[in-house]
Amino acid sequence: MNPHVTAFERDGGPAPSLAAPILSVRGVGKRYGSNVACRDVTFELWPGEVLAVVGESGAGKTTLLHCISGQLEPDDGEVLFQRRDGSQANLYGIPEPERRRLMRTDWGVIHQNPRDGLRFGVSAGANVGERLMAVGARHYGDIRAAATDWLKRLEVDVARIDDLPQTFSGGMQQRLQIARNLVTQPRLVFMDEPTGGLDVSVQARLLDLLRTLVSELHLAAVLVTHDLAVARLLADRLMVMRGGEAVELGLTDQVLDDPQHPYTQLLVSSVLQI
Amino acid sequence: MTDGYNFAYLDEQTKRMIRRSVLKAVAIPGYQVPFGSREMPLPYGWGTGGIQVTASIIGADDTLKVIDQGADDTTNAVSIRRFFARTTGVRTTTRTEEATIVQTRHRIPETPLREDQIIVFQVPIPEPLRWLEPREAETRRMHAYSDYAVMHVRLYEDVARYGHIATAYDYPVIVNDRYLMRPSPIPKFDNPKMDGCPALMLFGAGREKRIYAVPPYTSVKSLDFEDHPFRIESWTTTCALCGSGESFLDEVITDDKGGRMFVCSDTDYCGRRQASQGKAAE
Repeated sequence: MNPHVTAFERDGGPAPSLAAPILSVRGVGKRYGSNVACRDVTFELWPGEVLAVVGESGAGKTTLLHCISGQLEPDDGEVLFQRRDGSQANLYGIPEPERRRLMRTDWGVIHQNPRDGLRFGVSAGANVGERLMAVGARHYGDIRAAATDWLKRLEVDVARIDDLPQTFSGGMQQRLQIARNLVTQPRLVFMDEPTGGLDVSVQARLLDLLRTLVSELHLAAVLVTHDLAVARLLADRLMVMRGGEAVELGLTDQVLDDPQHPYTQLLVSSVLQI
Repeated sequence: MTDGYNFAYLDEQTKRMIRRSVLKAVAIPGYQVPFGSREMPLPYGWGTGGIQVTASIIGADDTLKVIDQGADDTTNAVSIRRFFARTTGVRTTTRTEEATIVQTRHRIPETPLREDQIIVFQVPIPEPLRWLEPREAETRRMHAYSDYAVMHVRLYEDVARYGHIATAYDYPVIVNDRYLMRPSPIPKFDNPKMDGCPALMLFGAGREKRIYAVPPYTSVKSLDFEDHPFRIESWTTTCALCGSGESFLDEVITDDKGGRMFVCSDTDYCGRRQASQGKAAE
């Protein structure tokens, strides 16, 4: 039996607390001209579960994340999302206004570079409040109170609520970006290298915070990273990508401790030890 | 009327094209309709959009009033009024209630407008989201989906910085509960006059090649927060010339020793109040 299949067969995941997966990705593929960015990726994400996508640069992780988070229409396959009322929405079948509404209510997208996810021209408070205003909040005091509350939860100094994001450090910008996404209480968060570019101590604090939030808010998350340590800390399940394909998918500890696919074995063994 | 030009300067095909855009704009209140803006014999920013709209709707029996910052006697107002007097031969006036068409920059007259009047605005930048979202494709999508949160982000920013909504002119409005619109650079003092106004309001932006409109009796709401409601400007003083406490006042510097006075920006309104006070005194 080839290891590829074995890796998929043992995919169990944590016992699902609800009957249906929050996100079903079926045979998603995307090409740029003759370049295949990702091919035939299939997985399901259950409520409250964190799935890490790991692989080397150019493995198609970010393209996959864009495809499943509604930012880039895939060439093949479909992405199904479970709405709050339990009905299924085909991400690229629903009208664009609904997709945009989902993206700022039920989802969060946390970019690797805070410049992509924040408005740099307006204050921290306005950044956090924007989603609330987008869903109809029209009371300044309430918006500000919510922004203050979320800055506190993300351990950003509340006194800096009126400062522009560019005066913030890298770690604080990243926390601000997370606050901005979580303010509408999303159920699903997409994270692209959330700790990339941060130094290790800041990274550790941020990871700690993320882990707490994910369990407190019962968030489902797809986390793209090339750092296996980040994946181990945050993720319930792990998907390994190479050359645009998912080569292995399983429980994080299982995949990392007992890798089946040769590429996963290589990846795990090339992690530097201190 | 000067010979050698078509009536109202523009050729008939151009006027028809602009009228079609105007009709579409009236049918979709607040929506920016593209049109083929022509070169006009004055620079962009001096009212090319407004002139083209006026030229397309003006007829031989119309009476035209042109104001700039509320005044009938400023350079821009005088030259546009003379332009139409020469190219159409229509009657011109400075009295708001005598005019059938009022072309304006920066103000709506203090005298209430009527059903049989049309007010034409000169618009420098028609897109209300322009400085918030640089991509034209994206702003059109935002209009299509009424996705206007970012405008409230701007108002939030105002309150956070200044403690109140500091936007004083070109104050964003929602027309007919649908489209976000820039009312051209009129002071927010004039925003309430647009709500349910009996006159047709046409907006022309020559450089940006857009026409939009607010039909008579259409709702025009200024954006605000529940706890920071929309408020118009107020002054602690009254007009130094006519004593009006209800009109929009301009601050005029009178000497270099700190002397200043506040006077009505609407010269027609102010002048006639002074005249009637003079009569009453006699």
